[in-house]
Amino acid sequence: MRVRLFALLLLLSCGAVVGLAQAASTLEAVKQRGHLRCGVSQGLPGFSTPDGSGGWTGLDVDFCRAVAAAVLGDADKVRFAALSAKERFTALQSGEVDLLARNTTWTLSRDAELGFHFVGVLFYDGQGFMVPKELGVTSVAELDGATICSNAGTTTELNLADWFRARGMDYQPVVFEKSDEVAAAYDAGRCDAYTTDRASLYAQRNKLKNPDAHVILPELISKEPLGPLVRRGDDQWFSIVKWTLYVLIGAEELGLTSANVEEQRQRSRHPEVQRLLSVNGNSGQGLGLGPDWAYNIIRQVGNYGELYQRNLGRAPLGIERGLNALYTDGGLMYAPPFR
Amino acid sequence: MKQAPSTFPRRPPWWRRPQVQAWLLQALLLAAVLGAIVWMFGNALDNLARQGIASGFGFWNERAGFAIATSLIEYSETSTYGRAFLVGLLNTLLVSALGVVFATVLGFLIGIARLSPNWLIRQWAAAYIELVRNVPLLLQIFFWYFAVLRPLPQPRHSIELLGLAYLNNRGLYLPKPILEPGFGWLSAALLLGLVGCLLWLRRARREAGSDRGLRYWLIAGLLLLAPAAAVSLAVGLPLGWELPEFRRFNFRGGLVLSPEFVALLTALSTYTAAFIAEIVRAGIQSVSQGQREAAYSLGLSPGQTLRHVVLPQAMRVIVPPLTNQYLNLTKNSSLAAAIAYPDLVSVFAGTVLNQTGQAVEVIGVTMAVYLTISLVIAALMNWYNRRVALVER
Amino acid sequence: MRVPERTAAVLAWARRNLFSSPLNALLTLLGLWLLWLVVPPLLQWLWLQADFVGSSREDCRGDGACWVFVRVHLDQFLYGFYPPAERWRVNLGIALLLVPALPLLIPPLRRFRRVWLLALLAYPPVAWWLFHGGLGLSVVDTGLWGGLFLTLVIAATGMAAALPLGLLLALGRRSRLPVVRATATVFIEFWRGVPLITVLFMASVMLPLFLPSGLSLDKLLRALIGVALFAGAYMAEVIRGGLQGVPAGQYEAAQALGLSYWQQMRLVIVPQALRMVVPGIVNVFIALFKETSLVLIIGLFDLLGVVQAAVTNPDWLGFVLEGYVFAAAVFWAFCYGMSRISRRLERRPDMKAQEQQEMA
Repeated sequence: MRVRLFALLLLLSCGAVVGLAQAASTLEAVKQRGHLRCGVSQGLPGFSTPDGSGGWTGLDVDFCRAVAAAVLGDADKVRFAALSAKERFTALQSGEVDLLARNTTWTLSRDAELGFHFVGVLFYDGQGFMVPKELGVTSVAELDGATICSNAGTTTELNLADWFRARGMDYQPVVFEKSDEVAAAYDAGRCDAYTTDRASLYAQRNKLKNPDAHVILPELISKEPLGPLVRRGDDQWFSIVKWTLYVLIGAEELGLTSANVEEQRQRSRHPEVQRLLSVNGNSGQGLGLGPDWAYNIIRQVGNYGELYQRNLGRAPLGIERGLNALYTDGGLMYAPPFR
Repeated sequence: MKQAPSTFPRRPPWWRRPQVQAWLLQALLLAAVLGAIVWMFGNALDNLARQGIASGFGFWNERAGFAIATSLIEYSETSTYGRAFLVGLLNTLLVSALGVVFATVLGFLIGIARLSPNWLIRQWAAAYIELVRNVPLLLQIFFWYFAVLRPLPQPRHSIELLGLAYLNNRGLYLPKPILEPGFGWLSAALLLGLVGCLLWLRRARREAGSDRGLRYWLIAGLLLLAPAAAVSLAVGLPLGWELPEFRRFNFRGGLVLSPEFVALLTALSTYTAAFIAEIVRAGIQSVSQGQREAAYSLGLSPGQTLRHVVLPQAMRVIVPPLTNQYLNLTKNSSLAAAIAYPDLVSVFAGTVLNQTGQAVEVIGVTMAVYLTISLVIAALMNWYNRRVALVER
Repeated sequence: MRVPERTAAVLAWARRNLFSSPLNALLTLLGLWLLWLVVPPLLQWLWLQADFVGSSREDCRGDGACWVFVRVHLDQFLYGFYPPAERWRVNLGIALLLVPALPLLIPPLRRFRRVWLLALLAYPPVAWWLFHGGLGLSVVDTGLWGGLFLTLVIAATGMAAALPLGLLLALGRRSRLPVVRATATVFIEFWRGVPLITVLFMASVMLPLFLPSGLSLDKLLRALIGVALFAGAYMAEVIRGGLQGVPAGQYEAAQALGLSYWQQMRLVIVPQALRMVVPGIVNVFIALFKETSLVLIIGLFDLLGVVQAAVTNPDWLGFVLEGYVFAAAVFWAFCYGMSRISRRLERRPDMKAQEQQEMA
């Protein structure tokens, strides 16, 4: 009997050694798995919202689909993981998701200290405030002594603290994990103002009991460049995701849409278009992808303008391009050449 | 003559001897446990290094940068993460201590009511216990917070209580006592009065057969308050009050009890009180009926019996599970994270964890704090048990 | 002789129980006042003025509870985000649980102990296959599991894991070997001394760091591991009480019969110990069932999580009470049911601790 016990214990201690999986590159892991694992928010209209039957829509969601189209050739081969602000970074660190597209602000500490790479800016935003019209407040500077709701664990909390302290103003913070909880608290009058990225304010305003009774104040108290992130240590994956973003922007610059890209691939004489769509040769070779990578992105998901219009530009959100327009239209969206 | 074959059992080989087997087993277990720990920490260090995440406790002295809604000590955005930890810890201890007090009082009341000779009261107590015990605490916290306190009116339409306190959905605003100079003298005088009162009580108890009548209690109260009254008359009452005032958005000044705090405290108290009530009931029922009958035959009223005969004996059965409930209450206070009350878990294992990304250190420290609290309470209970056992002699 | 009137019995009872003394009478009045204060408004809200029929928010017209809210969301409350087409798998999986449970309810079936054991062991893989998919059934990601279904999964897994783990730990704590005893004691005291929420945080945030990179565990699995370890520690203490309660004579007799340690435990001690602490075990189960609601804090949508999401949904704001009352009723039903079963088990003849003391 004791012998059996010995054997069992020996097995257990050996089992501790087994299981050291090889750290495969993310690209190989995704290809082997057959789908991309993407971390998104738990429900932010315009960026990532579940539609109740397992599907997702939004700008971040479409970006993930673009990466899936580039890598796997099929934009639908994505599994979305709804992550709270608390678990988003550890989910990426631990490998639970391959890519985090969760309206995350690009900051120095996140890039340098948490072990991530931001691939670029998907959406330029700033932090704004929303107040009920009946308070009669017209500027953020009048909010001295107010109670302000925000999301827990975000740059929003920190910016709020900095801004108010710099002006010697006082406030009562009320923070919650999920955007829906914050909006519900604001709507119930638990706080006087709601602060978060301005695009999210527009989105949440539509969900309030009486959207017209609320006004979004004009000031933006911080820069909030929102972008997708990947883990450090995998340069190839970093390049793939980065250039997916540039394909989206570059396609709009070159006038390629999901409707006309097929025709353009056959007919266009523009050298940049030909290079991008791999008419002669494989533009994705250096990234480890097939020749159709850019074509798939544009055909199945669209260009940046289409993404923007589909998720944020049209009603009910109706957010203007502003800084998110192409550089030729006065915005900041600019793609490096595909040479 | 051939020697008879020895049938005496020979010594078994060394690997079959029980002692050796026991030691081998333990050595193997130790190796397995240590091996597992080393492997896990190796992986952790490996993962952290690969991703360039900071390690160690350097973050303790870094600037926190975020505000905390309720704090017992001075705290601002320029304070360090270490100070944020302290704020969270104090909030946890505050809500736990108050919760213990309320739960005990309520629990004893309901436990005694559960054994009342009045049938109606008995049923009410039983209904309370069965209802509260079988619904999750988190749901009860949500109920108090979202269903009861959230619908309170906005500050501008607050419910006014005697012109001194205000109730709205941002909290309960009470007048805050301000300690003016001279309060030191008052507290010294109070202390003196307390000492005098206790001495009087002890002296009166030693006199056998003394009737604890009205006169006795009157003298006790007088002894307690006389020095304090004298000081107040001489110096003037060194206690000011700060009343809450409505400014543009909120009430300023005064003592604020946030709805998160009130909801958490109420839920914790009522939930734990139901368990304490059952413990009290079991304890009282464990005292044999003979004790009660003997007390009655001595002429004691039911109330006196309860107070002098039953409860002291019941306490020995009540106290161990009671301290267990106190421990549960302290651990359950961590549910504050669900409604944004800034306790230790919410502030430290929530916001600080998010900002620094150092999961191992932060969660490790949080668990260590709770383990310490558990061990302290367990030690206190062991000390009490031993003390009670000796007194029995 | 005249037969005494029956009605006098009621009056006599009332006089004895409700009005025996002035204080008692006062208490009775207090109790009646509470009844008057609570019951009529409650009935009105719950039933008389409530809306039961409808399919959208506009159908909530009355002053009472709007149960339309619950009806509309009922599927979500029960199954979470499980695809509607596959819900029959969930129903089948839970119905199959009756197969191992049947012998417990119908005593004559207990003769087929081997078959029962086989059914019990076969249930987890079959249930996993039904719920998760693979091998012919479409895969349903654990992220889509939710509602009462998820609560039952977590509770059942916790209970199933807590018993063997707790037994091992309790035996370890009572072992004569110092290393084994120390390991078991440290393990038990560690898990009992920390709140479940930190255990869940540890499981969901720290555990991935402790595993080699590339090996990632499902979020539900991580939560299940945390819950199992936590419940196992509490179960260990309860079982240890039982082991202590078995009279020393039993231990000695088993030893005298020449049984090995594991044979002693398996055949003589553990069955008696477990029967002694059935109420304690059921208490741990009830507590576990209630504590599953904490997983909503780490992003899993159990019953309370789904209800909470539904009441903060902007389309259905203002029905907080209905949602919470529904969730409370479901939890209460399960927990109260379990405590009643425990009380009935306590009274069964072979569970009486005193009898066993006498037999020793």
